[in-house]
This record gives sequence, C-alpha cells and structure tokens, in this order.
Amino acid sequence: MTDVLSYAALPEVILALGAMALLMQGAFQQDQEEAGPMAAWLAIGLLLVAGVAMLLNPHHAAGLFDDAFVIDRFTRFMKLLVLIGAAGALLLSFQSFGELRLMKFEYPVLVLLATVGMMMMISANDLIALYIGLELQSLALYVVAAFRRDAVRSSEAGLKYFVLGALSSGMLLYGASLIYGFAGSTSFPVIAGVVKEANIGVTVGLVFLMVGLAFKISAVPFHMWTPDVYEGAPTPVTALFAAAPKVAAMALMVRTLTVAFPGTAPAWQQIVVFISIASMLLGSFAAIGQSNFKRLMAYSSIGHVGFALVGLAANNSEGAQGVLIYMAIYLVMTLGTFACILAMRRSDGPVEDIEELSGLAENNLGMAFALGMLMFSMAGIPPLAGFWGKFYVIAAAVKANMFPLAVVAVLASVVSAFYYLRIVIIMFVREPKEKFRQIDGKVGTIMALATIFVLFFIVYPSPLVDAAAQAARSLRL
Amino acid sequence: MEIGLAHYLVVAACIFTIGIFGIFLNRKNVIIILMSVELMLLAVNINLVAFSSFLGDLVGQVFALFVLTVAAAEAAIGLAIVVVYFRNRGSIAVDDINMMKG
Repeated sequence: MTDVLSYAALPEVILALGAMALLMQGAFQQDQEEAGPMAAWLAIGLLLVAGVAMLLNPHHAAGLFDDAFVIDRFTRFMKLLVLIGAAGALLLSFQSFGELRLMKFEYPVLVLLATVGMMMMISANDLIALYIGLELQSLALYVVAAFRRDAVRSSEAGLKYFVLGALSSGMLLYGASLIYGFAGSTSFPVIAGVVKEANIGVTVGLVFLMVGLAFKISAVPFHMWTPDVYEGAPTPVTALFAAAPKVAAMALMVRTLTVAFPGTAPAWQQIVVFISIASMLLGSFAAIGQSNFKRLMAYSSIGHVGFALVGLAANNSEGAQGVLIYMAIYLVMTLGTFACILAMRRSDGPVEDIEELSGLAENNLGMAFALGMLMFSMAGIPPLAGFWGKFYVIAAAVKANMFPLAVVAVLASVVSAFYYLRIVIIMFVREPKEKFRQIDGKVGTIMALATIFVLFFIVYPSPLVDAAAQAARSLRL
Repeated sequence: MEIGLAHYLVVAACIFTIGIFGIFLNRKNVIIILMSVELMLLAVNINLVAFSSFLGDLVGQVFALFVLTVAAAEAAIGLAIVVVYFRNRGSIAVDDINMMKG
C-alpha cells in the first residue's frame, strides 16, 4: 500500500484513468439526461480522491522520468489549490448548466483532463514536460470555452481563445527550442548549471518563453483575449478559467524562472517588473468603465496577476511565499464572486450587468453582504483576506529594495478600490429592482464558504501562511 | 559553401516570422490562421532537429516528435471550433469575429 502511495504521479494517474473511465461510462449509459450530473459528481469524487492520495504520499520530495516530473512541498501546495479550483468550478456548474441543458458528461471529463494538465505543469521540471502539461491543459480548455455550441458568443470565445492560445504556445515553444539549443539540455537543473550568466541565445529564448507564459496568466501586454473569453464563455466555465489555470500557470512561471534561470535573474526580473506594473495599472484603470460583471472580473483578474507577479519580481523566499498566499486567497475570492454572479438570475434567465445588482441589500441581505465582503477583500481593505495577500507580496518587494514597484502596487490597489466599491454602493444605496430567484444550494454554499474565509482569515492565518512558507523554502531561493 | 547550424536557424526564424505575420496581417479567413500556427510549430521543429544534430543529443528529436503529435491534436480541435463557429455565424472571415468588442 505504501509503495503505491509513495508513487509521485499517483494523483495524476488517478485523474487520467478516472477521466477515461468516465468517458466510457457516459458513452454507454442509456439515460443521457442522468449521465451529465452523475459524471460531474463522480469527477468531484475523483478530484477528492486525488487530493487525498497526494496528501498521503509519505515522501516530501521525489522525481520521476529522469527528474522531468518532480514533487515537493511547492507542487503539493499548488496542486491542492488547482484541485480545489476545479472541484469548486464543477460544483458551480450544476444549476446553470442544468437550466441550459448543457450538463453533458463530456464537460466533467474535459475538466478532469485539464486538471491533469495543470498538475503536470506544476510538477514540470523539464521543457518537454512543461510543454506537454501546458498543451494538455490548453486543448481541454479551448473546448470547454466553446462548450455552449449553439451560442455565437461562446463559440466566438472558444475561437479567440484557441487562436491566441495557439499563438502563445508557438512562441513558448520557439523559446524552448532556443533554450535547448544554447544550453544543451531541456532539464531545468542542467540548464541552471550551464547558464551562469546571460548569453544572447538563452536570453532571447527566455523572452519567448516568458511571452508564452504571460499569455497563459493573462498578464499585460498579452491580456487581450481575457475580457472577450471571460464574457463569451458560459459562466461556470469562466469561473474555472479564472480560478485553476491561473494558479497552475503562475506556479509554472515561478518554478521555471527560479529553478531553471537563477543565473540570469537580473534579466528576467526586469521583464517581470514591467509586466507586473503594466498588469496592475491596466487591471485597475480599464475595469472602471465596464458594465458587464464577467468582463469586470476579467480586468480584475489581470490586476490580481500583476500583484502576484510583484512577489515573483522580488525573487526571494518571502516573495515566493507571497505569491503562494496571494494565489490561494485569489482562488477563494474568485470562486466566491463567481458564485454570486451565478446567483444573479431572474425568471427570464441569468443577468450579468452590474446595474442589475441595484438595491440587492433590500431584496437579499445575505447575498449582498457576501458579495460586499468579497469586493472589499478584492480591493484589499483590512482586515479581510485580500489585504494580507497584497501585504505579503508588497513586503517582499520592499525587502528586495524594489521601492518603486511597491509604491505602484499600493497606488494601483487604491485605484482598483474605486470599481469594487462602486458595486457595493450599487447594492446598498440604489433603489431595488426585481428580486433574483432562489439561490441554488451548491452555489450558496460556495458563496458562504468563501465569505467565511475572507472574513476570518485574520483570526487563524497560520495554516496557510506556514504551508506557503514551507512550500517556498522547497524552491531553495 | 558549408551549410552550418546558423543557416538552419535563419530558415527557421524566417518561417516562424512568416507564421506570426500570417496570424496578424490576415483579414480574410480563419483557416489561414490555422495554417500559420502550423507554420510556427514546423519552424520550431526545424530548430529542434538542427540543434539536436549539432549537439549530438537525441532529446531534441524526441521533443520534435512530441511537438508533431500535439500539433496534430491542436489542428483537430481548432478545425472543430471553426466548424462550430461557422454553424452559428455562417462565416469564418476574420473581420466578422466581433460580437464582443476588444
């Protein structure tokens, strides 16, 4: 038993085999109406089993396939976040997909395959493993973006995501080929041993690689797909896009830059500082004029990625810890907010405009309170969880003597508070509109759990903070 | 004249650039974008095989095989999405992909 449990890739194997089994089960099931919800519950169960299998692994660090695939505390932390994100997004999908008659069994299967890809990205310690993980994730996500195939918007979102995603993988791959050529290996530790200082071939390759990764985390200037894809894709799919792949791509970026290229740190730190500042500023200013809640969340997520990159730019252990804490808090806030968006539905269908929230406090105080707290937390108002995420990354930047970056981060946070607070004002001050329909139990549960997390994070922060500190140490910065 | 590594790299860089320009400058048809993506991946394969032969290291060729496999899957999914889009919109002209601004 312990032999099986100590196999490093056990969670991935469980999910991959489980996805194939679900596909067979769905294809042979007689009652296709029942097949979808059942496959979704089974998929959530599989994600749970994979998470437990990962936590029961007695080894804290191990490598497979000639160290192309590694596990350590960092991968464990990030994979747990990805599993929570995927399971949360699946839970959010029942009610909305049920009404649209979209809950087909292929959806949970695709989400599981994307999750395998994300976990592979997190564990990748080699350029080939990096590419395979990234593509496994992306190919499944292109399909789910276009999942509502009778709607023009959804298929347009899928098409845009596909074209820009393929372009970014091409760039990433070109960079990988240059790095392989000039460093002589695809393995991260070997590259780190060879590349002691910046040389032109490796630097050009690294820039291409970072362009590809910046696309995946939707950092400025490679963010242009995000608002359209977020708006066009079905809302539960958008919740998945905003939560899990961002975490995985951020983990991949942190590991690639810190493990494979510590020798050229000054070169890539400049790039990270630039995209971080640009993302924070665009995320705060461009969101001000938005009226669609999903589009607003797209700009909000661009801004949040910018904040997380502040920690990576610092390139020290505190910075890595800050990135981990930030991504964990971001994941919870995002799932909670999308639960609120999914709860915005009237008798004639779901609504997405921010104005539709007006007077929510009189109609449904509980939901207005939950969304209000989540918005305060995203704006970074103490003592809510979002404030501490920003606190850790900015403290790391200050420790690395990057004062301009820290100042810009604080200013961007102030500007972004404007549009978050606008939502709160609309909910609590305006005249009430027609009531929303009864909130689905699963959606309400996620909303409540996320609100409890952001409210009470300050009371008992040590599990998350300590786990992040240990995970950051395993990167040996 | 001896044909060395640099020649292969220049050819690959040219093909890669043509691929990128094919995506951004083309205003007609999404199929051309799919072809341009394929061109970019092939340029990468030339790079990988040239480096592999120059370094005397097989990993580059293994990488190229992985890229070929993934490129096939990517083309299949891309065409499937284009078909779904065409059914909804009745057109696959790049200028028509504008339901959402941005």
